[in-house]
Amino acid sequence: MTRIGLEIHCQLTKLESKLFCSCKAEYRNLASNSNICPVCAGLPGSLPMLNKKAVEKAAMISLALGCAIPEKIGFFRKNYFYPDLPKNFQITQYNAYGPTSIGSDGKITIEGKEIRIRRIQLEEDPGRLVYEGKSMLTLVDYNRAGTPLVEIVTEPDFETPKQVRIFLNVLADLVENVGISDPYLEGAMRVDGNISEGDGNRVEIKNVGSFRDIEKALHFEITRQQSLLERGIPVVAETRHWDDARRITVSSRSKEEEQDYRYLPEADIPIVLIRNESIENIKKQMPESIVAKRERYIKKYGIPAQVADVLSSDRFYSDLFEKSYNEKNAKEVANIITTDLLSYADTREKKLELKITAQHISDLADSIMNDTLTRNSGKQALQEMVKTGKSLSDVICSLDLGHVSDAGSIEKIIDEVFQEEEKAVAEARQNPDTINYLVGKVMRKTKGKADPTTTLDILRKKLSS
Amino acid sequence: MNLGISATEFVSQAKAGTISVEEFVAKTLDRIKLVEDKIHAFITVDYQNALAKAKEIDKKIKSKDKVGTCFGMPISIKDNICTAGIKTTCASKMLENFVAPYDATVVSRLKSEDAIIVGKVNLDEFAMGSTTEFSYFGPSRNPWNVDYVPGGSSGGSGVSVSAQECLASLGSDTGGSVRSPASFCSVVGLKPTYGLVSRYGLVSYANSIEQVGPMARTVEDVAFLLNIISGYDSHDDTTVKNEHVDYTKDITLGISGKKIGIITQMIGEGIDKEVASATNRAISKLQDLGAECVPISLDAVEHSVAAYYTIASAEASSNLSRYDNLRYGFDFGTEGYEFKAFILKARSNFGPEVVRRMLLGAYVLSAGYYGKYYLKAQKVRAMIKAQLDEAFKKVDFLVSPTMPILPYKVGEKIDDPLKMYLTDINTITANLSGIPAISVPFEISSSGLPIGVQLFANSFEEKKLLQAAYALQETTNLPEVPL
Repeated sequence: MTRIGLEIHCQLTKLESKLFCSCKAEYRNLASNSNICPVCAGLPGSLPMLNKKAVEKAAMISLALGCAIPEKIGFFRKNYFYPDLPKNFQITQYNAYGPTSIGSDGKITIEGKEIRIRRIQLEEDPGRLVYEGKSMLTLVDYNRAGTPLVEIVTEPDFETPKQVRIFLNVLADLVENVGISDPYLEGAMRVDGNISEGDGNRVEIKNVGSFRDIEKALHFEITRQQSLLERGIPVVAETRHWDDARRITVSSRSKEEEQDYRYLPEADIPIVLIRNESIENIKKQMPESIVAKRERYIKKYGIPAQVADVLSSDRFYSDLFEKSYNEKNAKEVANIITTDLLSYADTREKKLELKITAQHISDLADSIMNDTLTRNSGKQALQEMVKTGKSLSDVICSLDLGHVSDAGSIEKIIDEVFQEEEKAVAEARQNPDTINYLVGKVMRKTKGKADPTTTLDILRKKLSS
Repeated sequence: MNLGISATEFVSQAKAGTISVEEFVAKTLDRIKLVEDKIHAFITVDYQNALAKAKEIDKKIKSKDKVGTCFGMPISIKDNICTAGIKTTCASKMLENFVAPYDATVVSRLKSEDAIIVGKVNLDEFAMGSTTEFSYFGPSRNPWNVDYVPGGSSGGSGVSVSAQECLASLGSDTGGSVRSPASFCSVVGLKPTYGLVSRYGLVSYANSIEQVGPMARTVEDVAFLLNIISGYDSHDDTTVKNEHVDYTKDITLGISGKKIGIITQMIGEGIDKEVASATNRAISKLQDLGAECVPISLDAVEHSVAAYYTIASAEASSNLSRYDNLRYGFDFGTEGYEFKAFILKARSNFGPEVVRRMLLGAYVLSAGYYGKYYLKAQKVRAMIKAQLDEAFKKVDFLVSPTMPILPYKVGEKIDDPLKMYLTDINTITANLSGIPAISVPFEISSSGLPIGVQLFANSFEEKKLLQAAYALQETTNLPEVPL
């Protein structure tokens, strides 16, 4: 049996400042070493000041993952030498001497399978090593040093890499929905895996760049371990790095797993007492969970389960939905977002480029529902609004999308079609199933504006007369 | 011009215009030039800025502008407290060229009250030592007899105040480092309650127990400095948000009717006879002033040296990890080294006492040993605190000799670390428990060496403690330093 456990590092990107100083938490796209101060650069004499908002955010994700939050939390120093670590220790949390990390013993159910969360700890990110060009030098950029993150450690409850992928997608949706992180920012969510086959030794996999690659890395590692075991060769307990170019895991040789971190309580940060009422407060501040949202969409508005699934799990689209719908048009708004809009914007970049607003979508749903626009014209209007941000009425005008539903105009067009398509008309008289061909002709002539029901009624009447 | 006046006296004269700040500072700098060869208190002297600043303050006084409460008082700062623009070396090769880009909170508070920082003073490397002999820049010497140690680790602070090279100094006290040189150099030194004074900018040695402490010639001076440096700091999470107290107000209140506990473990066996009899005379003086003195036993004190060196070394091993010479430090090229080799080479430049404590600290924190050493030491710490809590239900103050022995000769104990560690027995109790303690100069021994008496009070009772220290000070009549 394969057993897989995960360690997920998730930056709290929604925070303004770093975990222990007032430097910006968002370090991306800044000149190297420009987002640092004595504290995050670890200068002699500097002291950490705990960002209390980070504790709140970490508590939120802990609650969202069903973890217990202890009455008091504390910090520890994890001591090791590495050039990206300005103090040569990392301030983190550690439970060996009694639980002091922000969350422990949680669980989350994914497609009927329960995944237990061992603990969640709040800690600082180190700086970043930069290898530039062919130079032998390793450069260090400390802009990231001190960025707040939570490490989420699961029990080894996964049996397949596919379960891992689904879990990570759900987790990404969840952290986004809770509003602690934008998981799609580069490096915001990083995953290490540990994996064992049968009674074999545990192997840790690190350096997986994106969490899409973790599935591939795990597949490779399962195959590697199984083929070793089949040949009677024991699996070595070790850390292996994912080699992205070669798509294999490689033994990292360094004896990291034997390292003694000499954990020590961080006396510069007093123990933080977490009172019940502050947990209640945090709960109140938390947005509606994905599961609750989904239920509400289904029960209250009769939105189909599949549509509700898609809508509730995506924070961007569910926010758009919440702003767009009213009691009457909720189902139609949901439909427009999940079938049409999603096809235009399925990535973070595209979402950011969208010029469409809640007003657009609400107007569009209303127009379709009161028959002033056909569904077909609606699609065209949406496409235009996404690109230009113009109002619905402007778009209808400029694209000439007005609905044709008066029988007189439609009859005139049908007469034209009858003259042009004598053969098809004769065939339709013989076989009513071919009538759709004529409907299509009418639609083409009206650029899809003709009301389909009226068109069909008149066509049938004319054919049978 | 008398450079030996108290800081308080200096302020009142500068305020009244009866002395010129520039003249006083210039004379102070001359004095430094004159005596430094013999005593080596300073690592860096900031001649130019000190004089320029003094002129500026004189101008402000003359034109009746607003002047800070220090009125240009020349002060020295222990060289493990960061000063923007002036080197902060920690008396270590590792920080030989380090210039902090920021002021420690205590320094910026002094500066904003128009104190003049004349320079940075010597210490044992990274404040690890009891004699100032473990300085990379060489030992400081006792102004009362230059063959003798001045105590430590804030030896430069004690020496500079005692030898009239400044009016006051800031030291740091991790296990007695303010009180030991205060006692050996015959000045007043206070270790405040943990959390009363900001540590932001104090280079950490053992961060859970150390405090910045003022040193000066009189108890009033120390109270005056405490007024400036104490209080909550938004850069130090361990400082406490207490209401601000004026420590100089009512300092003459006296100790009539107060109860004082004599710590039996600190005045019995192993104490120098002359020190013991001086302490007993201090106790009778306190009784004469109306205090009731009773013996108090704190048996956890017997384990305090072991607990202290376990905890302090553990924290030191972590606090000093950052000195890898990658971002700051001494002149040493990085090119051609693989990281591990570089670290090894760079970190081989610590002095012997620092290496000893880092190794000890790394050992007690190793997997499997944590419970055996570190946790056990923390238990001793909790025991000491509990016994003190009990004691302070019965008494207002505790009293002991500051140091169990007289100052000794330079080099005498340097090869016997354990013997040196044991001289801290009377001071470390205050650090392990967080309570405040003060050393008051009391007598000069028959051999001409200073003897200090130590008073303790409960946490955040500095005001009361300073009143008691003042009362004791007023019973003394000490000669001028013979240097």
